[in-house]
Amino acid sequence: MREFAAGQRVLVRAVDPDGHTRAPRYVRGHTGRVVEAQGRWPLADERAAGAAEPRIETVYTVAFPARELWGAGTHEVTVDLWESYLEPAEEERV
Amino acid sequence: MSGQHASSTVAVRVRHLEERLIEAGVVADDQLDGILTTVLNGASPVNGARIAARAWTDPGFRERLLADANAALPEVGLSMAGGIQEQRLKVVANTADHHNVLVCTLCSCYPIGLLGPSPSWYKSEAYRSRVVRDPRSVLAEFGLTLGDDVRITVWDSSAESRYMVLPRRPEGTDGLAEEALARLVTREGLIGTAAV
Repeated sequence: MREFAAGQRVLVRAVDPDGHTRAPRYVRGHTGRVVEAQGRWPLADERAAGAAEPRIETVYTVAFPARELWGAGTHEVTVDLWESYLEPAEEERV
Repeated sequence: MSGQHASSTVAVRVRHLEERLIEAGVVADDQLDGILTTVLNGASPVNGARIAARAWTDPGFRERLLADANAALPEVGLSMAGGIQEQRLKVVANTADHHNVLVCTLCSCYPIGLLGPSPSWYKSEAYRSRVVRDPRSVLAEFGLTLGDDVRITVWDSSAESRYMVLPRRPEGTDGLAEEALARLVTREGLIGTAAV
């Protein structure tokens, strides 16, 4: 796993897990910008599955331009995402 | 048992879940009562209003609040440790050209301790799905019409942290003391669906 810096562009993994996750569907596969790291918490997916020792990961606040999410709009939506949900964005998409 | 619910269907489901947990020995009924009583006794939008009024009158507090709200709250006798674990609080400030509004699209995450129990619309599918897509229209339906030059950020609070909006201090309130200012602040202002 890797840490992300504020301002870095990240891509939300476009996975569709069977169980609980806190990666909302509307941001999966979309690129955003890291606003800040919030702290470190047990990965919600593993905790919900009853894992004895869930991974402890950094949670990031990631900002998405409305145009990136919906194809229209001038606002911005921020979502709190565990490190596992993210990977570095390879190129400028927005 | 878990207080009052507007929907009897929900109440039945909650009680059923409570009974399963009690039968399994995970929790006792009086423990649940104790946690709910502790959380709800201090939970009121008066808390959030006090924070906003202090931030309006004390620039140093405002700065500390926006930088690290959990560290600043004890200055006004509050904390985010009222629940089972301390939650992170992020306070986002409205300005003349930037407006913030809160939602939880996955469920109903909300700073109950500072804003009191959440309004029913906050938990509705309609609000949760629409405010992230078209906040300007949703805010207008709440009676808050923002100019096109005002940037909007929607904060989707879906982790172990909670958000609170710091509204703008209303104009013409220069003569008011902190307590009088606090009385101007509404729960909706702290969610971002009203100006103050």
